[in-house]
Amino acid sequence: MTEKKIRVLVAKPGLDGHDRGAKVVARALRDAGMEVIYTGLRQTPEMIAEAALQEDVDVVGLSILSGAHMALTPRVMELLKANGQTHVRVFIGGIIPDEDLDRLKEMGVAGVFGPGASTEDIIRDVRMAAAG
Amino acid sequence: MTHSQSVLAGDRLALARLLTQVENNAPDGRIALTELFPHTGKAHLIGVTGAPGTGKSSLVNQLALHYRKTQNKRVAIIAVDPSSPFTGGAVLGDRVRMRDLAGDPAVFIRSMATRGSLGGLAQSTAAMSQVFDAAGFDLVIIETVGAGQSEVDVARLAHTTLVVEAPGLGDDIQAIKAGILEIADILVINKADRPGVENTEKALKSMLDLAHPAARVFQHHGQAMPTIAPVQDSSSAPMWIPPIQRTVATEGRGIAELAESIARHAAHLTHSGDWALRERARLEVELDALIRETLVNQFMEDISQSQYDAALEKIIQRNLSPWDAVKLLMNGRSK
Ligand SMILES: Nc1nc2c(ncn2[C@@H]2O[C@H](COP(=O)(O)OP(=O)(O)OP(=O)(O)O)[C@@H](O)[C@H]2O)c(=O)[nH]1
Ligand SMILES: [Mg+2]
Repeated sequence: MTEKKIRVLVAKPGLDGHDRGAKVVARALRDAGMEVIYTGLRQTPEMIAEAALQEDVDVVGLSILSGAHMALTPRVMELLKANGQTHVRVFIGGIIPDEDLDRLKEMGVAGVFGPGASTEDIIRDVRMAAAG
Repeated sequence: MTHSQSVLAGDRLALARLLTQVENNAPDGRIALTELFPHTGKAHLIGVTGAPGTGKSSLVNQLALHYRKTQNKRVAIIAVDPSSPFTGGAVLGDRVRMRDLAGDPAVFIRSMATRGSLGGLAQSTAAMSQVFDAAGFDLVIIETVGAGQSEVDVARLAHTTLVVEAPGLGDDIQAIKAGILEIADILVINKADRPGVENTEKALKSMLDLAHPAARVFQHHGQAMPTIAPVQDSSSAPMWIPPIQRTVATEGRGIAELAESIARHAAHLTHSGDWALRERARLEVELDALIRETLVNQFMEDISQSQYDAALEKIIQRNLSPWDAVKLLMNGRSK
């Protein structure tokens, strides 16, 4: 009857102060028909994993501008796994140096979007990831 | 362990998944709901509604904190935000104001989009409340944006409904239009730190006086202290006059008093017999909706598309009235 809606958590871990990029992505995903749970600034990995669990999301998008992606990402992934949410796909948005890309992929990150990524690309990749 | 047993045992992932199934009206969700139903009927359902930006989420955050700190009650929150009518998508942002509740395993926050359909929202919110109820949450707080009929319907689910206003929005008139005051058990003027509180309170009071001519409002410490009127109504139970409560949600001011009003309302419902009445009305609405849905589905299953198209064609040709067409189709059902 009702088609299953794609649910995405857009979170902003770390201490850097603005979430303009995260909000743009949240709105783009909404305009693509998805339900986006937006949690605001300065989220700890624990808060992100807890929200992902309660909201039963398919996808988590982390917006990281602080350069702390190599510390924050594995922690979030660990917590998701510990909660039994192994099916949840994680995307990273932010400025990620090339040398970190492979290591993030190895950790199981579904995709990385730099500042140049188009919203079309993001929507397509999130859709594909949610479809499993 | 079945899905519902996991939920009863406190498995949070199972709970989150069941909420999704129930929201999607999936068959698995229905099975679990059936098994959980005997465990429902204990939670106090609190509706929080009001115009956009009046501070509902901040208030829910503070109320939940209060219940956690002072009464160790388990609190579930359903935060409803509108879906875009054009794309069907939604940005659900209420959690931003509820970060104080993070890390507490006795709190569970679930965001929910209205998804367009009118009756559907009330139905899925009711079902999700039942899941929380069965899972042992003492309080289920449902936040909706008081904008239309569907939100009013959701508020009707609740045992206690808070209508949140804020000074200086100029939305008091809109609130009456939407009929939202009529559903208020407690009126909250949030953002009481802002100028214009007096005017808002005055406006609300005069509207209350219109709605409840028997209202007695006493002055106490210079603040209005609405009370349960000693006047007896026809059923001879004391009437509940919605109190007006000032809060500053961002600073936690007025929250204890608000929680007290909520407790008094719950006590009033129990003593007057209204709790049982509301419970009955709620389940009656639910049963009726299910009967309608089931009948329509049955009808659609039994009637072939060609039978339906043929009838429609006759109606368009004015050879058959819609009423006769329904009779014809109902009689011609294969089962
Ligand atoms: N000054 C003041 N600001 C407040 C108060 N309560 C909430 N706010 C602010 O008002 C804004 C909206 O608060 P929310 O709690 O998100 O309001 P809401 O009614 O849930 O909003 P929607 O869900 O979008 O309709 C935020 O910036 C809050 O910080 C208050 O008591 N005083
Ligand atoms: Mg809100």
